[in-house]
Amino acid sequence: MGNCIGRALDVGRFCYPVYELPAMSSTPDSAFWQGFRDGLPYLLVVGPFGMLFGVVATEAGLNVFEALTFSVMVIAGAAQFTALQLLQDGAPTIVVILSALAVNLRMAMYSASLTPHIGKAPMWQRAVAAYFTVDQSYAISITTFEKNPDWSVARKVSYFFGVITPVCPMWYVLTLVGAILGSAIPPEFALDFALPITFIAMIAPMLRSLPHLSAATVAVVMALVCAPLPLNLGLLVAALLGMMTGAQVELFVERRKLKQEAA
Amino acid sequence: MDNDLQLWIVMIALGIGSFGLRFAFTGLVGDRQMPEWLLRHLRYTAVAVLPALVAPLVAWPAATNGEVDPARLLAAFAALIVGFVSKRAMAAILAGIAVLYVMLWWLG
Repeated sequence: MGNCIGRALDVGRFCYPVYELPAMSSTPDSAFWQGFRDGLPYLLVVGPFGMLFGVVATEAGLNVFEALTFSVMVIAGAAQFTALQLLQDGAPTIVVILSALAVNLRMAMYSASLTPHIGKAPMWQRAVAAYFTVDQSYAISITTFEKNPDWSVARKVSYFFGVITPVCPMWYVLTLVGAILGSAIPPEFALDFALPITFIAMIAPMLRSLPHLSAATVAVVMALVCAPLPLNLGLLVAALLGMMTGAQVELFVERRKLKQEAA
Repeated sequence: MDNDLQLWIVMIALGIGSFGLRFAFTGLVGDRQMPEWLLRHLRYTAVAVLPALVAPLVAWPAATNGEVDPARLLAAFAALIVGFVSKRAMAAILAGIAVLYVMLWWLG
């Protein structure tokens, strides 16, 4: 935008007048450390997940270098697990890629939602932020940004970089650890089921409205019904039907609200 | 993996594709508004894709050669219910793992 005049902060679509010099606590540098502190607990979630990927990858026949490369290039647990599962099932390459990208479609949604906050940062910062846009960095950052609408773009970017610093490198490190430990973990630990449990744990808190619940329910039922479909297309069909259900139920709920207000 | 070439094609395509998805809006759209119908569908990607992925893994686990397994089924429900009620992913993971291990031990 850049349409703010004089000493005004240009934030999103609004200009905020600056009445006093920023205090020490509001420098981009301290925002970085605030983000770092907020990101730190998520090590506990990301760490085991990364390690699990390393273990599962070596069990699927990848070597340590391939497992690590996978994590560095894609840096998206859910998509990586999806791709690995479908590769093991012998699905065609294009189906593996499309299904894993479908799992990652939510990243586009995160990107869209972050745009009003950091969309005006320099291009290289946006590119780095895009690479590090993962479930955790998005969720933590957007919560903080919405609580602090007066933050400058620079401060928000610093905060975002702070959040990813303790989280993302550990994704690489623990993938490596998992890949090296590999099949040393005996089957009695039922590690095969750590992935479904982790995914369910990520989804359950998101089921907060009727459209969300309907989308998930239709997706589950259709995934089971469409399981016999060739080329593992069941996942794509079920996901698309689930998304369409969510969108339609949302429209329905909105219309009913409008009618009730009119009545 | 029998096919190294396929693995590398998938990794490179996913790397580029994932970055593209993440960069699409932050990098290219900027402050422009997106069509409402698209946003409405995007809102439900996570709650549609992930359950569709998990459902067959829960119903027919590979570890039991696709046989329905009561321990894994109960563990999945425990994670779902605890996650839904507490809204905490970590609590849901712990509940799921606890139920899984107790059931595996109990059922032998």
